[in-house]
Amino acid sequence: MYVATKGGEQAIGAAHAWLAETRRGDAALPELSVAQIEEQLGLAVDRVMAEGSCHDRGLAALAVKQAKGDLIEAAFLLRAYRTTLPRFGATAPLDTGAMRIRRRISATYKDLPGGQVLGPTFDYTHRLLDFSLTAAGLPPEAASQAEPDTAPTPRVTELLAREGLMQREQPSEAEPGDLTREPLRFPADRAVRLQALARGDEGFLLGLGYSTQRGYGNAHPFVGEIRVGDVAVCFTPPELGFEIELGDIGVTECQMVNQFKGSRTEPPQFTRGYGLVFGHGERKAMAMALVDRGLRAAELGEEADAPAQQQEFVLYHCDNVEATGFVEHLKLPHYVDFQSDLENVRTMRESAMKAAAE
Amino acid sequence: MTSAAAKPSPPSGGRGLGEGGAQGAYAHDTGYNFAYLDESTKRMIRRAILKGVAIPGHQVPFGSREMPLPYGWGTGGIQVTASILGPSDVLKVIDQGADDTTNAVSIRAFFRRVAGVATTERTAEATVIQTRHRIPERQLTEGQILVYQVPMPEPLFRLEARVAETKRMHALADYGLMHVKLYEDIARHGHIATSYNYPVMVDGRYLMSPSPIPAFDNPKMDRMPALQLFGAGREKRIYAVPPYTAVRSLDFEDHPFRPIRAPHACALCGSRESYLDEVITDDRGGKIFVCSDTDYCTERQATKAAAE
Repeated sequence: MYVATKGGEQAIGAAHAWLAETRRGDAALPELSVAQIEEQLGLAVDRVMAEGSCHDRGLAALAVKQAKGDLIEAAFLLRAYRTTLPRFGATAPLDTGAMRIRRRISATYKDLPGGQVLGPTFDYTHRLLDFSLTAAGLPPEAASQAEPDTAPTPRVTELLAREGLMQREQPSEAEPGDLTREPLRFPADRAVRLQALARGDEGFLLGLGYSTQRGYGNAHPFVGEIRVGDVAVCFTPPELGFEIELGDIGVTECQMVNQFKGSRTEPPQFTRGYGLVFGHGERKAMAMALVDRGLRAAELGEEADAPAQQQEFVLYHCDNVEATGFVEHLKLPHYVDFQSDLENVRTMRESAMKAAAE
Repeated sequence: MTSAAAKPSPPSGGRGLGEGGAQGAYAHDTGYNFAYLDESTKRMIRRAILKGVAIPGHQVPFGSREMPLPYGWGTGGIQVTASILGPSDVLKVIDQGADDTTNAVSIRAFFRRVAGVATTERTAEATVIQTRHRIPERQLTEGQILVYQVPMPEPLFRLEARVAETKRMHALADYGLMHVKLYEDIARHGHIATSYNYPVMVDGRYLMSPSPIPAFDNPKMDRMPALQLFGAGREKRIYAVPPYTAVRSLDFEDHPFRPIRAPHACALCGSRESYLDEVITDDRGGKIFVCSDTDYCTERQATKAAAE
C-alpha cells in the first residue's frame, strides 16, 4: 500500500533508498560525475538553468544528476535552491550588442555586418544515428576556426530601426518587477511577461509559438537574428556607487521581426518579438519571441482571440514547476474529498433511479 | 556567405565559367534504399502526386514520414523529390534562389549520399529542381520538374485555422473570405498588402498557396511548361500544377495584381528584371542589391565578361 495507516515513515525511507539505488544504476558501470554532465550534456544543463532561473552550470549539472535526467525535476531542485539565495539588487541591463559571439545568424539578410556565424549547431546535420558514438574513442579533432572577427556586430533590429522600419521599444529607467518576489498581476507589463516567459517551460512555449504560426494568432515572423555567446554582467553596489563587472554569463537572444500593418496612431512598420534565455537555448528563445509578440496583440490593436495572445492563459500556465506540482499533486491522498463525492453520487443515483421507476 | 566561425565574407557571386556544371553521379550509400525512402513509401507518395496532378491545386493528404532533416527544413519537398528521382536524373537544389545557401547545400549533399545522382547548379541542366521560396529566373522547359518546399499548404489558414472547415470551403469553392481579406487590404492600405505567399487560383477551380515565393514569382507559375509539385511534410499534404495550367494571382479589375521588386539593378550583373536580395554592407546604412538567383546572375556575368 502506498500510504498505510501506520508505517508511512518506513515506506518513504525505503522508497528513497530505492530511488538512490536506481539513480546509480548498474554499479558495475562507472558513475557519472557532475563535471561530465556539465561538459557532455551541456544543452540539458542550459535548459535546467533557464527554467530553474538560476545561472550556475555546476549546480544545474548536479540537479540533472540528482533528478536522474528528469529536467523539470532538475529545474525544480534549482528553483528551490535559488530561494535560499540573498538578493543584492538589480544589475544593469545586459548589452547583448557587445556579446562575445559563438553563433549569430540572420534569416532576413543574406549577408550583413558581422557576418553569418553558424557556430556549433545541429541545424544542417542529417539526423542519422551515429553508431560510432557507441564506442568510446579519442576526442574529435578541433574544428577549424577562422580568425575571430573584431568588427562590431550590430543588431539586425537596430539596423531596421535606424531606417524607421522597426518600432522602437519604450525605454524605462524603472526597476523591473521581480516575479520571484511579487506575484503576477494582470494586466502584466512587458518586462514581467518576458521574465515569466524566460523561465517558462520550453515545451509549452514551443507549442504556443507553433500555434501562432498555424493560424491561431496571426504571426508573420522572420528571425531577424539569433545570437549565442557571453555577455558581461554589470552591477553598481550601493556602498561603492560605481559600476563593476561581476563576470560573464552565456545567453541566447532571439529577435523576431514581425509585420505590423499599422493602426490609427502608428504607421506600418515591423514590430519585435523578443526572446532571451540563459545558456544555449535557441528553440526556447525563438518560442519565447513568438509568444512575446503574440502577447502584444492587444497593445498593437490586433485581434487577440488565440490562446497565445491571452496573457492570463499563457503566463499562469507556462511555469513548469507550478504546473507539474499541481498536476502531480493528484497523486496525493484525496480520500476525504473522494469519500464525500462517493456519498454524493450514491444519493444522486438513488433519486435518479427512484424517479425512473415512477 | 556563411562561415563556421566568425568571419565576414562578401556575398557569393562571380563563380568561374567552368564551375557549377553537372557533377558526375556519386557513389550511393548502399546502407539505404535508393533515395532513402523504401519503395512502398515511394509508391504511396507517387499515388498522391498522380492524384494531385489529376486535380490541379487540390491538396492531397499523404502519409508523410519522419525524415532525417527537421520539419520545416523541406521534408515535404525532400519526400517528393525522393519519390520521383531516378538514377539518371540531374538534381538542382536552391534555397532563396541560391545553390550555396546552407540548407540547399545540405539537401543536395543528402541526395548525393542516399541516391548518388548527378547534381548541378545550372537551371538549364537540371531535370529536377527542388526549391524553397523562389522560382528560377530562367524559363523552365517541358521535361523539367520543379519541387516546392511548402510550410503551410492551406491558403486560407490565416483566415480560418480549422482544417475541417477549410476543407469544406474548398469543396464548395467558397473563397469569399479570401476576397474579403484582399478587399479589406485595399480599403485600409490602398493596395493588396501581401508580398509573398500570394494566393492563386489554379485552373479556375482551387485556391492554392504558391508556397512563400515572392509575389514577383507568381506570374512564372502560369502555363509553365514544367511540372510543378508541392510537398508539405509536417502538414502531410501534396499538391500539383500540371504543365501549361492556368495559374492566376487573385486580384480585382480595378486593383490588378502587381508583383513587388526592389527598384534597383543587380550590383554584380546589372539585371533590372531579376528578383533582388538586399545585402547590408556596414552599420551606417550602406547596402547593395544582388540577384537572388545565383545561377542566373553567374550566367549573365559570364556573358558580359565574354562580350568584353
